[in-house]
Amino acid sequence: MMKWIMTGLILLSVMFAALTNRMDSLTTAFLEECGNAVQLAISLTGIITLWSGIMRVAQSSGLTGKLAKLAEPVLSKLFGGLERGGKAMQYITLNITANILGLGNASTPFGIAAMREIEREEHSPEPEKASHNMIVLTVLNTASLQLIPTTAAALRHAHDSADPMEILPCVWITSVCALAAALTATAICRTVSRRKRL
Amino acid sequence: MNISDLIIPLIFAGVLIYGLCRKTDVFAEFTEGAKDGLKTVYDIFPSLFCLVISVGAFRASGGAELLTSALSPVLDAIGFPPECAELMLLRPFSGSGAIAVFERVLTSSGADSFAGRTASVILGSSETTFYTLSVYFAAVKAKKTRYALFCALIGDFVCAVVSAVTVSILL
Repeated sequence: MMKWIMTGLILLSVMFAALTNRMDSLTTAFLEECGNAVQLAISLTGIITLWSGIMRVAQSSGLTGKLAKLAEPVLSKLFGGLERGGKAMQYITLNITANILGLGNASTPFGIAAMREIEREEHSPEPEKASHNMIVLTVLNTASLQLIPTTAAALRHAHDSADPMEILPCVWITSVCALAAALTATAICRTVSRRKRL
Repeated sequence: MNISDLIIPLIFAGVLIYGLCRKTDVFAEFTEGAKDGLKTVYDIFPSLFCLVISVGAFRASGGAELLTSALSPVLDAIGFPPECAELMLLRPFSGSGAIAVFERVLTSSGADSFAGRTASVILGSSETTFYTLSVYFAAVKAKKTRYALFCALIGDFVCAVVSAVTVSILL
């Protein structure tokens, strides 16, 4: 997938830059973005290290296991075939909780840990191929579960909105619809890909 | 003080206290986890790097503006605010880029206009899809991601449509 995204974006950029006569800014962008990528990685390193540390303490003291038990009735419907109360389920619970609370930078390390545990529990014969559970978790994270859209509200406030939080009901309905559509799509795709194999 | 400012400190302190009560060596476990965190960044960095420079190049090429102006007559006809088209296009690729475009919409159309509200709902109910996909699959070294991208983009599309619909009905 990444090879298509990368080549697609680069080819489109060169084409559009030629059309809009912006080759010079494209060159500058390449050089600048290298630095930006490293900077992003550095700040990510700090955040991921912090949350991985906290996560490990919570995990070995049994806290995440308790949390996972609470979430199991709902999550076991989305993620089939994972060990009950296992590490994968625990990390998935943490990931989703962090998303709902709006802790964007914590949800990434939790989500990555969950992906790795899913891989370990399923030990698929084709490690290069993403499993259905991995896809569901990733798609869940490309949709927004956040209850309070703090960034949007803060920027609305900064731009003199009379009521920055008035968007809340719309955000909730929209998030639920988008999530439901994406998850339904994964279920349909799985059925289709199983039929193809038969 | 905001309630959301309490969450991280409370989680950190709470987890440590709980660990101590359960007789966990919290320092050893924390540093062990931190080491895993470092390895994680090492694994995802190359993918992240590729995505950041590709998206940066695309933004600099003016492609988003060009596509937006090509799309806007169509969007206008179906009642979707054309000011939000660039936000819709950029949002799956770049978090900071989306915020820059969002602020431009708020400045030019006003935060409480139809375009401003729709843009707010789009920003509040979507995520940086491509960033998530590249990081999550890089972590497990999965090259064949099957229907993940397709399903994620369906979610983004529904998000854009429903945001305009809910804003025009509810607000």
